[in-house]
Amino acid sequence: MPDNKRRIPFSDPQIEMAHGAGGKASRRLIEGLIAPILGGPLLESLGDAALLEIGGARLAFTADSFVVKPLRFPGGSIGDLAVNGTVNDLAVSGARPAALVVTLILESGLSSEVLEVELRAIAAAAREAGVTVVGGDTKVVEHGMADGMYITTAGIGAVDPRAVCSPRLVRPGDRILLSGPIGDHGITILLARGEIDLETDLRSDTRPVHPMVDALVARVGHGVRWMRDPTRGGVASALNELAADARVCIALFEETIPVRDQVRGACELLGLEPMHIANEGQFLAVIAPEQADAALEAVRSIPGGEAAVIIGEVREAPARTVLSVSAYGSTRVVDMLVGDPLPRIC
Amino acid sequence: MKFVDEFRDATLIRQAAAEIRRLADSGRQYRLMEVCGGHTHAIYRFALKDLLPDNIELVHGPGCPVCVLPMGRVDDGLSIAGDPNVILTVFGDMMRVPGRNGTPLEHKARGADIRMVYSPLDALKLAQQNPGREVVFFAIGFETTAPSTALTLRRARALGVRNFSVFCNHVTIIPAIRAILDSPDMRVEAFIGPGHVSTVIGCRPYEFICRDYGKPLVTSGFEPLDILQSVVMILRQLQAGTSYVENQYARVVPWDGNLPALRAMAEVFELRPYFEWRGLGFISQSALKLRDSYAEWDAESRFQVPGVRVTDPKAAQCGEVLKGVLKPHQCKLFGRECTPERPVGALMVSSEGACAAYYNYALRTTAAAAV
Repeated sequence: MPDNKRRIPFSDPQIEMAHGAGGKASRRLIEGLIAPILGGPLLESLGDAALLEIGGARLAFTADSFVVKPLRFPGGSIGDLAVNGTVNDLAVSGARPAALVVTLILESGLSSEVLEVELRAIAAAAREAGVTVVGGDTKVVEHGMADGMYITTAGIGAVDPRAVCSPRLVRPGDRILLSGPIGDHGITILLARGEIDLETDLRSDTRPVHPMVDALVARVGHGVRWMRDPTRGGVASALNELAADARVCIALFEETIPVRDQVRGACELLGLEPMHIANEGQFLAVIAPEQADAALEAVRSIPGGEAAVIIGEVREAPARTVLSVSAYGSTRVVDMLVGDPLPRIC
Repeated sequence: MKFVDEFRDATLIRQAAAEIRRLADSGRQYRLMEVCGGHTHAIYRFALKDLLPDNIELVHGPGCPVCVLPMGRVDDGLSIAGDPNVILTVFGDMMRVPGRNGTPLEHKARGADIRMVYSPLDALKLAQQNPGREVVFFAIGFETTAPSTALTLRRARALGVRNFSVFCNHVTIIPAIRAILDSPDMRVEAFIGPGHVSTVIGCRPYEFICRDYGKPLVTSGFEPLDILQSVVMILRQLQAGTSYVENQYARVVPWDGNLPALRAMAEVFELRPYFEWRGLGFISQSALKLRDSYAEWDAESRFQVPGVRVTDPKAAQCGEVLKGVLKPHQCKLFGRECTPERPVGALMVSSEGACAAYYNYALRTTAAAAV
């Protein structure tokens, strides 16, 4: 986070679901309570991974926990998410994922078969992402004290010297690149719970993004200013954090943002904003304007990156704001997620 | 899923906006009230004010179900949830509406079993799945949602589900419009009429507005082009000096309404002699209660409901905003003490509330965008 930042106070009397939703309450909890108590200089940047220098080696280090309900859903499962989530945090921090440790919190009574299926999912996802599981821990809690299983993964990787990313490098005129359609994961989970009688063929987008990130960095190098995988809180929350940290305005061209009909339909029915819905296999990048075409070409050349688009640009004012500009010329604000419309999404 | 994308077509929208500018008399100030919270939301969501000339002012009406519910009713619902055997089911909008001792969400975090449902039928299903518990549905809404509550109650009776009941807070739109028309500080020239409510009640109930008060009303859809077309139709009437009910939303709204839905409502509900509305006070015959034949499913007769009246926090000016007397940002609490995250008043909670819509979508000149 840039210096002379505003201190965010934390005075909420108790923890609520919204503190885990990746929106405003999460940010307040982290910046107002967790970081001031635990934080050293390394925690200051609050990126997706910490960047460390150990014995001359530049490393990225991160952890992520998974409490998704249900454990399995179309397109993936908690095991896939546990690998891809952490691997993606490393990738968008400009690092090549190398190794993971996996911690399991299991509920007494969980079927061994379910556990085995998830372990195999972890192994397969790790293979696909090119990382090795090098350790972990297992704890069991009483029946009723956890919903089947929770997984925490921590990942480490070497920082790619070709990539230097920071909100400080973001300048007016830069373009916003998005790797593909948004909202698939969140809406898939919502529908998989069976609380809403909607039938779609929608699948979670959970996947490793580093092949796309790798192609992007190889092609435009320092033309990449900033990256983020828009998980909980969605594209809107990720870009609002960027707008606040870089003290810029992000202007989005509404009609360019890819949203599948199924996602759009579910959102309209339920009064949700697609830009607030979680993704598990997409990333956002800020690209220097003269490199935008090359960046798009690079991401689109990777299987799964064909739908990448430029969705907006960085402007000077109004600072700390994300705007959406409609095709008919009206402008509205896109705020961070407030509350928690879809708890336990990952 | 299929969308009516032509109602978001940029060329058609620009054409409608040009027609509005052509029709609007620049020497005249227009105040049009959109009655329905869905319209308020759409107006901000699509930033339609950017397309209207400055002398057309849209005034937000009382048609947001969560917003008009007084705090006392929220507390009544939460007191039912205080019984450990009760599962209280609410629409998502209600979860963050403050009662005196916190929102349903906060009560849930402290241990009350309060669950979000998307339809009353989900609540009934929950009752069937939990035969040892009492499942109460916190029913809110205008004629839009009342039929689904009625049909759910019919089904509960047909299936003999005895552990299900409804805490009924359904209200009716016509008395609220009449209260606004009779309010001395009200200066509105025409109405953008409700869309969803009209699918149930049709267009005839609005005729008195045009006949007795001389104000045009156009029932409208919710897409950007719908709303702009409705403004065009209103301006044409104002120019011609006429006042009658027009139906812009004829693709969905039948002129005579939905008779099976109206019959279901009539079978299950009757009018309360009076009911309290936030901001508008007590309005006679403005809300629904369960008929005696459904008393067994009426949470108000099955549980002890304190029925206390609670006045809104003094500094909050929800009532003035609800009546269209104040704009959301003119309230002293707006964007400071009262935000969508920590709302003081219900208008900041619901996506249909004028304050939440304004806060979420309108560009604020003050840097009140605190995280």
